Amino acid sequence: MGDFLTAFLDNMPDVRSGLWTTLQATLYGAALAFVLSFLLGLMSGSRLLPVRGVSRVFVEFFRGTSLYVQLFWLYYVLPTINTDYEIEPLLCGVLAFGMNYGAYGSEVVRGALGAVPKAQREAAIALNMTPFQRLRRVVLPQAWPQMIPPFANLLIQLLKCTPLLWLISVQDLMTVMEQLRDRTGETVPAYLTLLVIFFVLAYALTMLMNMLEAAAKARLGQHTSARGLLRSRSGQIAGVDR
Amino acid sequence: MATDQPVKKTGPEDAPGGTSGSALVHFDQVVKRYGDHTVLDHLDFEVQRGKHVTLIGPSGSGKTTILRLLMTLEKVSGGVIWVDGEPLTHRRTPGGKLKSADEKHLRQVRKKIGMVFQQFNLFPNMKVLQNIIEAPVNVLGMDKDEAAERARGLLELVGLSDKIDAHPTQLSGGQQQRVAIARALAMRPEILLLDEVTSALDPELVAGVLDLLRDIARSTDITMLCVTHEMGFARDISDTVMMFNEGRVIESGTPEKIFTAPEHERTRDFLGAIL
Repeated sequence: MGDFLTAFLDNMPDVRSGLWTTLQATLYGAALAFVLSFLLGLMSGSRLLPVRGVSRVFVEFFRGTSLYVQLFWLYYVLPTINTDYEIEPLLCGVLAFGMNYGAYGSEVVRGALGAVPKAQREAAIALNMTPFQRLRRVVLPQAWPQMIPPFANLLIQLLKCTPLLWLISVQDLMTVMEQLRDRTGETVPAYLTLLVIFFVLAYALTMLMNMLEAAAKARLGQHTSARGLLRSRSGQIAGVDR
Repeated sequence: MATDQPVKKTGPEDAPGGTSGSALVHFDQVVKRYGDHTVLDHLDFEVQRGKHVTLIGPSGSGKTTILRLLMTLEKVSGGVIWVDGEPLTHRRTPGGKLKSADEKHLRQVRKKIGMVFQQFNLFPNMKVLQNIIEAPVNVLGMDKDEAAERARGLLELVGLSDKIDAHPTQLSGGQQQRVAIARALAMRPEILLLDEVTSALDPELVAGVLDLLRDIARSTDITMLCVTHEMGFARDISDTVMMFNEGRVIESGTPEKIFTAPEHERTRDFLGAIL
């Protein structure tokens, strides 16, 4: 135990940079996933079959193939096919996480848009709004609070996938801790530390998302208690709380 | 199915070039089907500008469908709806023929029409003021201050000046419906569609909303089409009452005639059951 602690403290800059890499992979991956979620989610509601089809194929492909395998394809396989192809390992992780979780996220967007009562769209038609105005001013603001709890789940899952970066030799938190464990031979404290750090990060993200949800709901005239902000499971099932 | 009906073949392709007289709304042999079920069966009627027409009849007789067709929330299965001489769900091609309307045409014709719904349908993501000025500002391009000024006037009309900053969720059903009426009027429609606007209200809130609508009917020249089960209200505001049954108008006339001397047995049964 002592050896690990000494090594941990002595290598603080490495640990910190590993933590930062993990956070970067999470946040950039989530940003890409967020953009793809809306893009694919909106495309899946299109009246045009080709647009719907592209979205469908993308979503099914990235949901249906393992993230692990996708990562290996991006990092190890593509460079053997095209030798000009070179990619930063971290960027590789961000792309794989973003596309994979974007595929899941698009289902969240699609479901939440579909859960907005049809009557709301009709009221917007009766006021002669354009299709874009109906989406932007009426449907999306009402769908958004329903997206946040499932998005929070996906965000935390994405965070917990980042140890996969170890496999493509990114110096993330997992990799740094592996190196410390290797050097000191102390397995329990090394993995215990990882558990604690991931739990703290995940809980912080949960509370952040709870606050976002409370703010979004307040705009719809629904209010959340302070205690509700601390809860760790994702709130009501979409559509039930209205 | 409708063999007893003199069927005039009026598909969109050979529709007449306009509408007779000065009717603001003209249903010209309108058919509406959902699958095998025929809701409106070669429906023909006209509404003159400035008139108030009430549609009565048993549930499922197609009354609400008429309003939804006029609001372009549904498409006709056959026939043509004319509004102010223009085809509503069709557009004229350069050759004078009628084709299914595109979004651009629909937005053009919707300008004239406003609707108040049974379930109010206020936007919960906007406060009362924003609900009212949203479309005038973003659809009509009205200046925001001017729209807000008009909204204050409309809220005064509906008796809710103190609720301007409230969320729809903080209002009673009756208050929400008044805001919805103000929201529809803010678009200055020529035709106002009222779809069972008091059916979802608690009984004690009904009278207030109906009084408001009576005021509006008296003090404006808006053409109104109402679907209602409030026969007292229908009698008060209507120029014409139309009795619907199974997708057809079986009888229409002044409120006096319909309510005191209905000709059709079905009308007598219906009124007898609900009065």
